[in-house]
Amino acid sequence: MKFWSQTAAILMKDLLTEYRTKDVLTSMLLFGLLVILMFNFAFEPDSEEIRTFGPGLLWMTFIFAGLLGMNRSFSGEKENDALEGLMLSPVNWSSIYLGKMLANLLFLLLAEAIILCLFSLLFNYGIWPRIGWMAAITFLGTLGFASVGTLLAAVSANTRMSEVMLPVLLVPLVLPVILSVVLATAANFAQPPEEPVMFFWMQVLAAYDIIFVTLPLMTFDYVLEK
Amino acid sequence: MAGFHKGLGLLALLAMMAALYAIFVLAPVELTMGIVQKIFYFHVASAWVGFLAIYLVCFCSLRFLRKRDQQWDIRAASAAEVGAVFLTLNLVSGPIWAKPVWGIWWTWDARLTTTFVLWLIYMGYLMLRRLVESPEQRARLSAVVSIFGAVNALVVYMANRWWRTQHPQPVIAGGEDSGLHPDMWLALSVTLLAFALLFFCLWKMGCDLERSRESVESLRRTAQRHLREVR
Repeated sequence: MKFWSQTAAILMKDLLTEYRTKDVLTSMLLFGLLVILMFNFAFEPDSEEIRTFGPGLLWMTFIFAGLLGMNRSFSGEKENDALEGLMLSPVNWSSIYLGKMLANLLFLLLAEAIILCLFSLLFNYGIWPRIGWMAAITFLGTLGFASVGTLLAAVSANTRMSEVMLPVLLVPLVLPVILSVVLATAANFAQPPEEPVMFFWMQVLAAYDIIFVTLPLMTFDYVLEK
Repeated sequence: MAGFHKGLGLLALLAMMAALYAIFVLAPVELTMGIVQKIFYFHVASAWVGFLAIYLVCFCSLRFLRKRDQQWDIRAASAAEVGAVFLTLNLVSGPIWAKPVWGIWWTWDARLTTTFVLWLIYMGYLMLRRLVESPEQRARLSAVVSIFGAVNALVVYMANRWWRTQHPQPVIAGGEDSGLHPDMWLALSVTLLAFALLFFCLWKMGCDLERSRESVESLRRTAQRHLREVR
């Protein structure tokens, strides 16, 4: 019980910081919009091309915006040695990880929901009939991405050039997520929807999530320790 | 230690010569692909060594996290460097073989992608090591990353298997019609042995190099201290 209340405290702290500054969400959303804008001018897609490239583009936007947001989650704590303070406070270090991971997950999901709506609006991309499955796929994909990303954000915050280090480490590691989430999204929005394909890739995502939520919990202590 | 190096190096050299003999003289020329198929032996051997190296890195990293002995960190780092070299060999020899046989240099097929991703993981690991200042922290952080790398290599491998492949179905330990000519098997085994010996030789040399670098560094510090005292 104590573990969960500590986790909730860390989560609330991050949410409150974000509520007061609005740094992470604003930058993720603006960046997402920029990617969509560039996509439009780079390809000038018609509705048929949007069907083909939509899922891939959507996830490229999510991933890049997410990289931007997760970079902040530990580099922000480096200012004024806030991380030292967290480590000295009487909490289990795993709950620091879990709290921060959940905060990242929430920020990412919120940004993704807004970007998805804008994407559907701007490109006349019909998502509403299949929105429930899309939400499930997005949750599974984002969970894997956020759990590995939060751990690696803690690693890269300790390096010179941490903004570069995070993508270099994270993208190869979440490649299975990107692969399966794009294929699941494409199967979901295909005309007609290909449900068996979608379920298959959702299972792969779930398996990845199980492995890569456990592994950071086991290794996070080694990252923090001084 | 130096004698051990020389012995291992000599052994690798002998094995390499035996491998060349087995590849170019003993093993038959493949019927459809012709002489270019000889790349196969180096290509496959470097892939196996490159892939196994990530698990060696992971093993050494786990030992480091348990024992907190900097020697294990040096072993992990050196294994990663040499593993990356072997994987690069594999990635370079692949296209040279693919161009005449498939007609293309590269395709986003399962095994190519897997190897490419693993190569990127090696690069990330090695880059991380350069960007962390304190040796103790560098060892810890890179150890954690290597564990993720090793687990991920396995996941990518499986995910890609379900995805698509242009490579032949597994020739070794595959279906009923699969299999190699016995002499080809011999050539492959000898090449594999040669590459493994070369790997261990380079690994040992890398570890010793890193140790010398460290002792030079500490000598330099001592010398500076003495100089300051003299002044």
